[in-house]
Amino acid sequence: MLDLLSFGPNGWGAQLLSGTLMTLLVAVSAFGFGVLIGSFAAAAKLGDRLLLRGLAETYTTVVRGIPELLVIYLLFFGGSGMVMALARVFGYDGYLELNAFTIGVVAVGLISGAYSTEVIRAAVRAVPKGQLEAARACGMPKMLILRRILVPLTLRHALPGLGNVWQLTLKDTALISVTALAEIMRIAHLAAGASRQPFVFYTTAALLYLLLTSASTILFEQAERYANRGTGRR
Amino acid sequence: MNWTLMWDSLPRLLAALPLTLTLVFAALACGGVIAFVTALLRLSDYRPLVWTIKTYVFAFRGTPLLVQIFLLYYGLGQFDAVRTSVLWPFLREPLWCAILALSLNTGAYTCEILRGALQSVPAGQVEAARACGMSRTLAFRRIVLPIAFRQMLPTYGNEIILMVKASSLASTITMMELTGVARKIIAQSFAVFEIFILAGVIYLALNFVASQAIRLGEKRLQPCG
Repeated sequence: MLDLLSFGPNGWGAQLLSGTLMTLLVAVSAFGFGVLIGSFAAAAKLGDRLLLRGLAETYTTVVRGIPELLVIYLLFFGGSGMVMALARVFGYDGYLELNAFTIGVVAVGLISGAYSTEVIRAAVRAVPKGQLEAARACGMPKMLILRRILVPLTLRHALPGLGNVWQLTLKDTALISVTALAEIMRIAHLAAGASRQPFVFYTTAALLYLLLTSASTILFEQAERYANRGTGRR
Repeated sequence: MNWTLMWDSLPRLLAALPLTLTLVFAALACGGVIAFVTALLRLSDYRPLVWTIKTYVFAFRGTPLLVQIFLLYYGLGQFDAVRTSVLWPFLREPLWCAILALSLNTGAYTCEILRGALQSVPAGQVEAARACGMSRTLAFRRIVLPIAFRQMLPTYGNEIILMVKASSLASTITMMELTGVARKIIAQSFAVFEIFILAGVIYLALNFVASQAIRLGEKRLQPCG
């Protein structure tokens, strides 16, 4: 059994390792993309523009209300068509195809972004108004307030919630295996089929995910401690 | 937008709804029982049991549901002992595997929700009940459990919506529930958006009904008014 998991010529060790790295890469990119979308959607929700607020509201309601797998299928089967339609608007008529990695990052990122939106929105609202007023009274321009006051304070409130979103995102990447991207689940599936030892490989996959989720729990705890420096909260 | 195709696909998608609902209700029912038992054991003083439950919750919350489903459906069949056991007729069926995986998954999450709710019941309430002469069991049944239930309802509502969405993963082990049928129609007709919109609307409707039911329950359980 250990032979199967080894790094030798008969083992799947190297593939499993690269699969783990791929899972991490997809998860990190999707999470980053999600936080980016989430920041804009949260800004739209907190803003005064009715149209933008409606759009953001629809986005979070729809994406959080339908299964992740359905979103992935939409982009997997329809993503290229969407990109080509968009390219046609700009006068490009050729054939375009998205690779599995891009589809995975965009799909999981969109899902992650919907959850991030709610976390970031709540965190922004938790920032005391006096802080922003004080910054303005000191004569700080808007961008400086954003960078020095709003983002650090928001991060302090958002980190626990973002930690949860990260765990969700990490686990959602497993669904990308339906697009044949070589991440942990896909490798485990291939290895299970080739070796006829499904239990061994799916258990290995589960352990790899456990490793990733527990490691990130520790990292997020440290990040929270850093964000809360100087407040006495630990 | 191909309206005729959408109209023609609607009955096929709706025909898959009973299976989705079966999966959700079966998982919630079994998961509820698992959660109730595990939460009580988790709060007991017996160390080995507490650690067993902790490991169970850690393992099922830390891994993707897809791994759990594949492990049960494909993984267990690897062993001859399983294939010759009395459970094999069940574990061979994707339906039972899906229900088992979903139940164990939601059980782990609900265990934590219920534990938090039970621990949040103010000690004074229990003391008052004991002072009135209630036995520990009676106080638990009449005082602790109703308060905890009210406390956990909003969070449990989220778990129900997660389960509705999670039932879609049963399609990866050949179950023809809503997502499975949607995928099949997409593969046959290439009408990605039409079918996606239809299936999405059905899921949104399900989740809307679920969230409204929870909201109604919350209102009913409000102590005053």
